[in-house]
Amino acid sequence: MSDKTYPTTWRRPPQIVADRRWRIALQLGILAYLVLAMGSVEVDWQRVSVGLERGQRFIMGFLQPDFTSRWNDISRGLVESLTMTLTSTVVGVLVSVPIGIGAARNLAPAWIYYICRSIIAVSRALQEVIIAIFLVAMFGFGPFAGFLTLSFATIGFLAKLLADDIEEIDEAQAEAIRATGASWWQLVNYAVQPQVMPRLIGLSLYRLDINFRESAVIGIVGAGGIGATLNTAIDRYEYDSAGAILLIIIGIVMIAEYGSSYLRKFLQ
Amino acid sequence: MLKLEGLSKTYKTGDAALSDVTLTIPKGQIVGLIGPSGAGKSTLIRCINRLVEPTAGKVLLGDINLARLGKTELRRQRRRIGMIFQEYALVERLTVMENVLSGRLGYVPFWRSFLRRYPGRDVQQAYRLLDRVGLMHQADKRADALSGGQRQRVGIARALAQEPELLLVDEPTASLDPKTSRQIMRLLTEVCAERDLPAIVNIHDVPLAQQFMQRIIGLRAGSVVFDGAPSELTESVLTTIYGAEDWHAMRRGDEEQSEAEADARDRMAALAE
Repeated sequence: MSDKTYPTTWRRPPQIVADRRWRIALQLGILAYLVLAMGSVEVDWQRVSVGLERGQRFIMGFLQPDFTSRWNDISRGLVESLTMTLTSTVVGVLVSVPIGIGAARNLAPAWIYYICRSIIAVSRALQEVIIAIFLVAMFGFGPFAGFLTLSFATIGFLAKLLADDIEEIDEAQAEAIRATGASWWQLVNYAVQPQVMPRLIGLSLYRLDINFRESAVIGIVGAGGIGATLNTAIDRYEYDSAGAILLIIIGIVMIAEYGSSYLRKFLQ
Repeated sequence: MLKLEGLSKTYKTGDAALSDVTLTIPKGQIVGLIGPSGAGKSTLIRCINRLVEPTAGKVLLGDINLARLGKTELRRQRRRIGMIFQEYALVERLTVMENVLSGRLGYVPFWRSFLRRYPGRDVQQAYRLLDRVGLMHQADKRADALSGGQRQRVGIARALAQEPELLLVDEPTASLDPKTSRQIMRLLTEVCAERDLPAIVNIHDVPLAQQFMQRIIGLRAGSVVFDGAPSELTESVLTTIYGAEDWHAMRRGDEEQSEAEADARDRMAALAE
């Protein structure tokens, strides 16, 4: 056969930095930076030991959760949180559907696209806690500020994912509907909606349990709900009640998680 | 019936997909459009219903120039042109019936289509078409539950639901097996004959085109290089369209394929007994 010889070894060529000297210099540089950075963190071992002791008390509290003595506060906080979660998810979804459609490049004209994308960008740039602080300052303590915060955050989340999903639909199906002489609304209803609906429902359910978890966080800055109750309990050193609240939050999040994945199975 | 005059399309990238295509298609004629990939076949049929905007030229359907219509009027005119697609392009998660009824979208107001409350006449016609393509009992199934051949039948029913005056057919058999391909082509030619409907069919498969088309147009690099009867499609013509290739071998291959099909059929029949 042929007398050509082929090499028996092969090495992957360097992908990013081609020069070997540069590669070594970069690696050494990163290592030096890491060592220096670690050195600059000051650890106060006394505070660590006090903190560990306090942490132990926390854990002891969680191990003996007290549901009864503060049950009134806890149940009021829970009802507030659940109401806030559900209403804000519903409102958020209703508002984010038109914004999501507007933010899909293949459906909306450029000027609407840019408006909707900026609404989404603003909503995503601001973290829930920051919005909550702002809205509590505007509308006072309580679940109304929480409701507004979560609705606003839902818009950024859902509208963005919906828009990205719409941009990735199978264009052939849309083209076929367009070719029948369908109007824009009919195109959305017949070609886009069937393709994105299962994912929209899945994302809404997912957002429902994110909103419940967030409602516990924003309660700490005064936006009502179970977070406010939790904050009060910790302020009063009632770690047993705090433990009970945390267990309830974990329980509800787990129920929401299993419930939504169970529901999503039916939606394909 | 359909008249293209100097139709040209240059994409933004500067590629001339079509240059100066002029042709006339009379009522009832089924025209096969052949040519290598990238010759502009898809662009040509999409310029007719303006899924692709032509850069120059006229598209005359009857006496209306489709190339110069505003949005609303274009939608109204699109109803007159049924289109059938390569990968069926059914809306997968809708039922077969909804897919057929979507052919009526240009005729009904939004609320009717949204609530799926189509006029009785439209529903009746949809059932009649489903019966015609042999899918009467699949009406309530979801489109993605059907096989390839069945899906293309739904695609045909959808196009016919528009009560079109022209059919545009883009590679109808590209994703089907040889036997189903022939069944689909036969169905297409039959429904066109029943309605005296002209059709432009993009087709890769030259033997299939020769078997079913009344007229063949060969496209190469955006220009018409052949226009004639299937019997005139000689080896030298095929070479002008596609470039050099052993055409005999291809035809032999096709014969082999049909022999193999016949063989498989016999064996299936033997098994069934």
